[in-house]
Amino acid sequence: MHLVLERRTEQSRTIALVSPLIAIGLTLVTMSILVAILGTNPISALGVYFIDPLTDGYSLQEIAVKATPLVMIAIGLSLCYLANAWNIGAEGQFLIGAVAGSWLAVKTHGTDAGPWVLPAMLLLGAAGGALYSLIPAICKVRFAASEILTSLMLVYVADLVLDYLVRGPWRDPAGFNFPTTAAFDPVATVPVLIEAGRLHLGAVIALVVVAAGMVLLGKTIKGFEIRVVGAAPRAARFGGFNSNQLVLLTFAISGALAGLAGIIEVAGPVGNLRPGISPGYGFTAIIVAFLGRLNPVGILIAGLFLALTFIGGEQAQIAMKIPLDVTKVFQGILLFYVLACDSLILYRFRLIFASPKVSRGAA
Amino acid sequence: MPDSTPAVPHGDPKPLLQTIGLTKRYGDFLANDRIDLDVWPRQIHALLGENGAGKSTLVKAIYGLIQPSDGEMRWQGDTMVLSGPSEARSRGIGMVFQHFSLFDNLTVAENVALGLDGSESFKDMSARLEEVSRVYGLPLDPRREVWQLSVGERQRIEIVRALMQNPKFLILDEPTAVLTPQEADQLFTVLDRLKAEGRAILYISHKLEEVKRLCDTATILRLGKKVSTCNPRKETAASLARLMVGGEIKEVKVAANRKTTVPRLVVNDLSLEPGDPHGVRLQHISFELKGGEILGIAGVAGNGQDELFAALSGEWLAPDPGMIVIDGIAAGQLSITRRRQLGAAFVPEERLGHGTAPRMKLSENALLTGHAASNMVQHGFVKTAAMLKTVDRATEAFDVRKANRDPEAASLSGGNLQKFIVGREILRNPAVLVVSQPTWGVDAGAAAVIRQALLDLAAGGAAVLVTSQDLDELAEITDRIAVMFHGHLSEPVATQGASREKLGLLMGGSSLEQEEPAHASGA
Repeated sequence: MHLVLERRTEQSRTIALVSPLIAIGLTLVTMSILVAILGTNPISALGVYFIDPLTDGYSLQEIAVKATPLVMIAIGLSLCYLANAWNIGAEGQFLIGAVAGSWLAVKTHGTDAGPWVLPAMLLLGAAGGALYSLIPAICKVRFAASEILTSLMLVYVADLVLDYLVRGPWRDPAGFNFPTTAAFDPVATVPVLIEAGRLHLGAVIALVVVAAGMVLLGKTIKGFEIRVVGAAPRAARFGGFNSNQLVLLTFAISGALAGLAGIIEVAGPVGNLRPGISPGYGFTAIIVAFLGRLNPVGILIAGLFLALTFIGGEQAQIAMKIPLDVTKVFQGILLFYVLACDSLILYRFRLIFASPKVSRGAA
Repeated sequence: MPDSTPAVPHGDPKPLLQTIGLTKRYGDFLANDRIDLDVWPRQIHALLGENGAGKSTLVKAIYGLIQPSDGEMRWQGDTMVLSGPSEARSRGIGMVFQHFSLFDNLTVAENVALGLDGSESFKDMSARLEEVSRVYGLPLDPRREVWQLSVGERQRIEIVRALMQNPKFLILDEPTAVLTPQEADQLFTVLDRLKAEGRAILYISHKLEEVKRLCDTATILRLGKKVSTCNPRKETAASLARLMVGGEIKEVKVAANRKTTVPRLVVNDLSLEPGDPHGVRLQHISFELKGGEILGIAGVAGNGQDELFAALSGEWLAPDPGMIVIDGIAAGQLSITRRRQLGAAFVPEERLGHGTAPRMKLSENALLTGHAASNMVQHGFVKTAAMLKTVDRATEAFDVRKANRDPEAASLSGGNLQKFIVGREILRNPAVLVVSQPTWGVDAGAAAVIRQALLDLAAGGAAVLVTSQDLDELAEITDRIAVMFHGHLSEPVATQGASREKLGLLMGGSSLEQEEPAHASGA
């Protein structure tokens, strides 16, 4: 008896939906073992991680706040990945977007600039992220440089640019030498949706992005081009689709969305520009994109789930002294299982009972 | 039904190789269903069948590449269970594959050494290689790198590599598919000699005339089952074809009074550097193709046909716009989309991954080439209903068999997918159709449908360009034939009256390149 992996004639739609759930299940089992090794009761740890945040209003809002950048970035990344363009640098595009938009907030700080400031900041943020993402895209198209490496390395450049600005030219003079800009003026701040809450307009924008992603991929010729160029590059060329142009386009869109998420984050929940504005949203969004099957609705659900792990991780650290790094381990294991389970969409396991030995005697 | 009393010229008590009830299952699919086969020494045994009949599966089992699910193999009368190809080789079973496994950047000798067990020194091996190739009349220079060699020479490497292990039993998978008629004749001489030495040969083919000429016995497979074992010399090509297909094959009908009109596709002195380093440079290609006419391009694979297709389709742009003229418009630098809008349509050789995106639905694959000039796209939005309608029309017009209305392209059989692709293009009512290997790997029924469709399209006034390695196919449907060799295209000749010998010589490059080096002109 042996186990073989057999190619399916057609992709299994059921497995495409179930595979992320299998991956989550396997991740939970692995995490339980890990938590048990750390000396904590796995059942109560999982409760703190995944159940407790869902039981009070503050945490629910906080999940939505964390999910907002994750979903926006992941929608953009999904376009890249569908087009076989590997943008790993959304974290850097997020930071540059935050920097580009913050420039206007810093320049108009203390003036009587009108309500045009916030929309202009959002545009600047998106433009900054898009331009920044075009660096690796152009290097790929023009010089065949691996976009995986260049986009990733530009994350660290962005990080240092931000660091320099808030420690140098943009530092708040009245800020006791802390490396931050001054708190943004009200006209430069993303409004909250609920009085005294944390949920802000960005969550609505994220939903609009999800809807736009659905329309783009499902209903437009551009979306079709993106999918074909990734799924069958030669057929895409035969169809007359320009893969280089699509690499630039998908990188620009994903950079713009990451930049938009960045400026919304600093003009919203954070309130000013400072180091450490992202707990790795740009990287976690990669997991969100794949857990969501590169599908906009799937990404929305996956974004909420990954946000839950951030909130749960914080609570587990406070309540059970589980290190926050365990959350990152969790996210990494999850991505591993998601990619592994994806092979079940194209392949299936089959148990072979009969051994291939001779079964007839002399005839 | 032919009787199973083959004319076997043997005095041996036992078959060299025997399969008894050999069965191979893939999931629920029976690729081989209880196949009995006897191959004797001193026999050239043909294995006949359409694509998908189970020929490859059977020989893979005999060569140890796959394990049978059921049944028995016997070697010289004793039960044989193979752990892999190396065990098969050590027993004396050799195989020459249809698709070569050679490293382009290594020399002939290095490639052969990689296929052997390495028990002798490279120098001894090289000497033996030269000896074997000389003795059997398969001339090879061990020091040449493979990328410089013709397809026929590459096949010689594979044959010599197999012969160097002194096999008792040699399997050849469609060996003449890539050869000119003259090269095929040379191969047959070698095979007759191997037979005279007492070896057995299992010869896979679907070319009936050559099987009749070469083979002593033929076993015919259909849909995984053995339908007959017979003496091919006592059969006619038609009776063998009936056994293979399981019915009569529809003859294609050529419209009697087809008129040619104005030139619709003109190529003027097209020269083009290849995109990849081992590609073929197109050199001074010129021809004129009128409406109502079918022009065939013959030639051994790898002589620039792929490059010519890319240049005509616009996947690779010509250096000058006037080099390619579609319906009077200089199109050499237009994109494939613009050329489609001018009324051109293209069917590439590779169905999966080039002509279609394998894991996308048929409707999406209709959009792939239909987006340029149809009602499938409006203001950037796709119209699913129009895409599905194209699928339905192609399905009906070309009898495409599929599991549901809109399955993934990869789930269709080769013949049905090819019918869909050809149908997709013909339904656009093209002015010019460029089609590469239209019936490659397609069952006989589908091939007849496709050939008829090409004839009907030309009868309707379109210009059709067909590239094929199958001379019989070109003879059946074309008006004129030109031959491609080393990036040159010969002057087209009228199909009626063009002899196979002459075309074969052109395919070997004889009248085109006088300075052809001596090694390639054969033994």
